[in-house]
Amino acid sequence: MAAETGLVFHPMDQFIVKPLFGDGPVMWYTPTNATLWMLLAVLCVVALFVLGTRGRAVIPTRLQSVAEVFYGFIYKMVEDVTGHDGVKYFPWIMTLFLFIFFSNMLALIPTAFAPTSHIAVTAVLGFGVFIAVTVIGFVKNGASFLGMFWMKEAPLFLRPVIAVIEVISYFVRPVSHSIRLAGNITAGHAVVKVFAAFAGIALIAPVSILAITAIYALEVLVAVIQAYVFTILTCVYLKDALHPAH
Amino acid sequence: MATETLADGMVQGGAAVGSCLGLDGSAIGMPQLCTDWMPNQIFWLLVALIAIYFFLSRIGLPRIGAVLAERQGTITNDLAAAEEMKLQAVAAERAYVEALERARADANKIVAEAKAEIQKDLDVALAKADAEISAKAAVSEARIADIRAGAVDAVTQVAKDTAKELVAALGGSPDARAVTAAVSARLKG
Repeated sequence: MAAETGLVFHPMDQFIVKPLFGDGPVMWYTPTNATLWMLLAVLCVVALFVLGTRGRAVIPTRLQSVAEVFYGFIYKMVEDVTGHDGVKYFPWIMTLFLFIFFSNMLALIPTAFAPTSHIAVTAVLGFGVFIAVTVIGFVKNGASFLGMFWMKEAPLFLRPVIAVIEVISYFVRPVSHSIRLAGNITAGHAVVKVFAAFAGIALIAPVSILAITAIYALEVLVAVIQAYVFTILTCVYLKDALHPAH
Repeated sequence: MATETLADGMVQGGAAVGSCLGLDGSAIGMPQLCTDWMPNQIFWLLVALIAIYFFLSRIGLPRIGAVLAERQGTITNDLAAAEEMKLQAVAAERAYVEALERARADANKIVAEAKAEIQKDLDVALAKADAEISAKAAVSEARIADIRAGAVDAVTQVAKDTAKELVAALGGSPDARAVTAAVSARLKG
């Protein structure tokens, strides 16, 4: 990220966490730009799901019907993937989805900060899901949860090998789960910033701005898809915990 | 960003402010990997998640669930009501068709009765007219017969008188009875 005369590339500066008030150090409790954009996501959820559903109308208002679409979409996903006994985890999965969705979408506002681009955030989400799902698996199934790694359909001599691979893949899940989200968001925002830097040169500015527009459209798609992917993978992991027998 | 104006000409990573920012205020490497900021993000993330969970599980989701259930109930009720109304409509249609058929049958009966009555009157009138016609025809025939008889008598008389005159004119003394007998015999032949 060298600073040069003419072209100035700082594509990663948008991810810097800084205090909202003053220039002091970033302590764990300091209100920062990360705080601001996460709380804006919370406000969006409140606006949609508390204010939007205020009327409790059988014939919904516009906002309420949007909230109902979200509800129906995630509820159906949870029910389809995990079955009926997974429905009681629906509020948690809805929380994850809405947080990621609104963080991703709000981050697309120019000059915004993207909380989901930070591995600290997505790792908490990913490992949170991992730990929760593992605990649920053992609580619901006891030791037979380990049967998930022992393929009864495979030939006997292959089973230990498969078990090792299954265990490794199980522990890689939270890593891929969290890095997928952070990586997608980071990459998209960084690319937009790089093209934005090129817009400083009059000759290539039109191309650059076209490229920004195109990447932005792609990023809108990515924002939605990554929220969806994170959520559906959570459902799949939860299904494994509830019904470890394949 | 206040430090952005310093950007030009700074050497990257010269004297770092903390371990994540250069003196020029830009990031060293990926800000995502800066451990200084992680406790802050994790703390606020947990706050945000708990807030969202609270609002959803206490207010938003039960509300929407209730609305959806209520809507489902309303739709089910409305469908049942519609089904009932449909049955009523079918019954009403059947009653209507029946009434129509009955009315048509009644009308046919009335038409037939009227026709029969008219026929009866007509028959009576026809019979009367026939009787009158035949009576008149009989009277006329009688008169024609009279006229014809009268004509024959007159012809006979004329023939007898003419025969008597002819006999007298030819110089015979006509025996009236003989002439009459002769003429009568001739008229018969």
